[in-house]
Order: sequence, then C-alpha cells, then structure tokens
Amino acid sequence: MSATDPTFDLDGQPVPLQPGDTILSAAARAGHEVPHLCWSEEVSGSASCRLCTVLADGRPVAACVTPAVAGQKVECRTPSLDTQRLRLLQMLFVEGNHFCPGCEKSGNCVLQVQAERAGMTDLHFEALNPERPVDASHPDVLFEPNRCILCQLCVRASDEIDGKRVFAIGGHGIATRLLIDSPSGRLGDSALSVDDRAAHICPVGALLPKRVGFAVPIGQRRFDTEDTRG
Amino acid sequence: MNASSPSPRKLRVATVSLAGCFGCHMSLLDIDERLFDLVERVEFDRSPLTDIKTVGEHEQCDIGLVEGGLCNAENVEVLRAFRARCTVLVAVGACAITGGLPALRNHLDVGDIMLSVYGRVPDDPELPLPLNRVLPIHEVVRIDHALPGCPPPADAFWQLLQDLIAGRTPVPAPGLIRYD
Repeated sequence: MSATDPTFDLDGQPVPLQPGDTILSAAARAGHEVPHLCWSEEVSGSASCRLCTVLADGRPVAACVTPAVAGQKVECRTPSLDTQRLRLLQMLFVEGNHFCPGCEKSGNCVLQVQAERAGMTDLHFEALNPERPVDASHPDVLFEPNRCILCQLCVRASDEIDGKRVFAIGGHGIATRLLIDSPSGRLGDSALSVDDRAAHICPVGALLPKRVGFAVPIGQRRFDTEDTRG
Repeated sequence: MNASSPSPRKLRVATVSLAGCFGCHMSLLDIDERLFDLVERVEFDRSPLTDIKTVGEHEQCDIGLVEGGLCNAENVEVLRAFRARCTVLVAVGACAITGGLPALRNHLDVGDIMLSVYGRVPDDPELPLPLNRVLPIHEVVRIDHALPGCPPPADAFWQLLQDLIAGRTPVPAPGLIRYD
C-alpha cells in the first residue's frame, strides 16, 4: 500500500480499497472483523442478516452490499450497533429451534460463534419453537430447517456456483422459509449433489453432508480457539 | 485487613435443578479446591448440597442459581419461590436459558407423549401436571443474569460467584460464553 492508495476509515483504522469493493469485502481483505452471517466472498451479497450494519458517514448501511468509498468514515463497533447485533442474534435464536448442545455443527457454526462474540448469554425474547419437519430424504445431505436462518448462502451458491438453482426463499414475515426446487419439494428429489458448493456453504447446521458430522471431534473445530473456548 | 475487623457476612446461596440433569451442579463442583474458598464467603440454603427443602424459609437468599427449564407445574412453583426469596436470580445452563433438550418435545402433543411412553396418561395427585411446552425460565420470572453452556464451564461459575460476592455486575470473560 502506497501513501496515495485510496482508503476509508474503519473505527479509526485506514482500510485500502480496490475498484468494486464493498465495505465488508475491503475490510475482510485487510483482516478486519465486521460481524456477518450471510456474506461470503464466493457469492454476491444479499444483505439479509443485517449483522454487518455499520454507520457510513453516520448513515446505517449493510456493509456487505454498500460500495466502499475513499475517505468515508465507517463506524462498526459502537455500543449501539453492538447492542443491535446482539438483539438480531437473539431474534434469530428464538425464531428457530437452535439446540447447540445436541447439534453436530457446534464449534463450526457461524451463528454460534457470532453470538458468543457478541456476549449473548440469554435469549431475551420468548422462544417461538416453530414447527419445521426435518427433511432427510437426500441420500447424502440432511436438511434441518429448524436451524435455518434464511441467510440465502445456499440459494446463491446453488445459483451462482453450481448453476442449479436448487434453493429459493418463499413466504413472508415469520412464515418465510427455504424452498427446494423439486416436484415433491423435498431435497431427495432435487438436483442437489453432495459435491455442490451449496451443500457445504451453510453457516449453521441446516444443510449438512451426512456421515461426517463428528469426523472432527468437538474441541478441535473451526471456532474451538482460545477466545471462544477458554 | 485488620485482624480485629469482623469478617464480612456470608452470602446465602440457593441452588436448584428444575427440568435439568444436574450437570450444571456437577460443573459447579468442578471448581474443585476453590470450594474451600467459596464456603468461606457463602453459605448454602436450599440446594442438593444441603438437602434443605424450602428456599429462603428463615431468611432471604442473596443468590439463587437455577438449573433447568420448566416442564411441569412444580417447576413453576419452585421457580416462583426462588424469585421471591432470592435477591439475585441466575439462569444457569442451556435448559434454564432456552428450554434446552427437554424443549425438543415442544412440537409434540403431551398426551401423545404420555401414551407412547407410559401406555396411559399417569394419574396420581402426587404427580405435578406437565406443561404443554417446556419453557425457559425467563418466560415466567425476571432473571438478573444468565450463565450459558451445557454445562457452563466451572471457571464461569467461579467468575460469576466472585463477581457477585464482590458486588460487581457479572460479565462472562471471552471464552466462558458457550452454548454446547
């Protein structure tokens, strides 16, 4: 980085930006953590989880879809934004059925680690306990809708990487759900293959390749680091 | 400390396991030799450690640690007694905070569960009535603090108790917040 490279200011740190960058992609490349659930550099942004909401020159925007602008002042870790993130995470927890103690994704789960980092100790809201039947019809991939946070990563991966469009989002409000493109609406009748990127991109335990759940033991997983596991 | 100054009053601590597995209590015991330091600063009221049956019967408790969620009417009664008799109430563990694994029955009909488990609906005046849904305790009483984990690590118990004994607001250290 030379002195003339364009940068923006993220919580007091200069972040270099390249043409086409969003605030989040530039920050991630520079090694800064902007909390997020639904963003991946592999697919386009969708701004569905809103965890990455930052103040860009004082205006709240989703960092994952907002173009980075040279000279802009971006605030990410303010007390009010951190509280908003905590409440968003608590709403995601009560809107689904998230049983971390019994989930094979535990330790690899982005929702879990974001909540731990946000200091979430309780649900704050009333647990809704929605009814969502498990779909185990696919021979190699389990669909556990109780854990789905509607981040749309599988939707975009199936469309943009796999070229299959197996998934879509349907319904409105609290009834919004993940749809599967098959005659029966079940995963086993869809074109999804376990080799598809969409089968592996889920940040939570909603889409899980079968028979490898505990191949990596609890305690040796992606987020089993000192800052999250004492 | 001046040798002649009186030692501070011991805090009165009550603990209970509602719809829980006592795993959180086991984790509390995992503070090991620090238990000796703890009993210098606290005395236990109703708890599996004392076998006292009624919470705060003779004096108000300072701290109540509640493990487990609410699966029946007795759980609700005991929880309300804890809230009434404990100045600071702490939800301990995944079941108290979220309902936990017992709440997996929430999408099933209680009558159907009874029939498939017992072959009939048990009917005895001594049996507390089951609730339709297993509830986290914050849906019934106000909770002051929560200690997540299944179980919470022993160090998290130790830090919480140290903070409360010192009169600080407990804030779990990074690494002590976990949900599994």
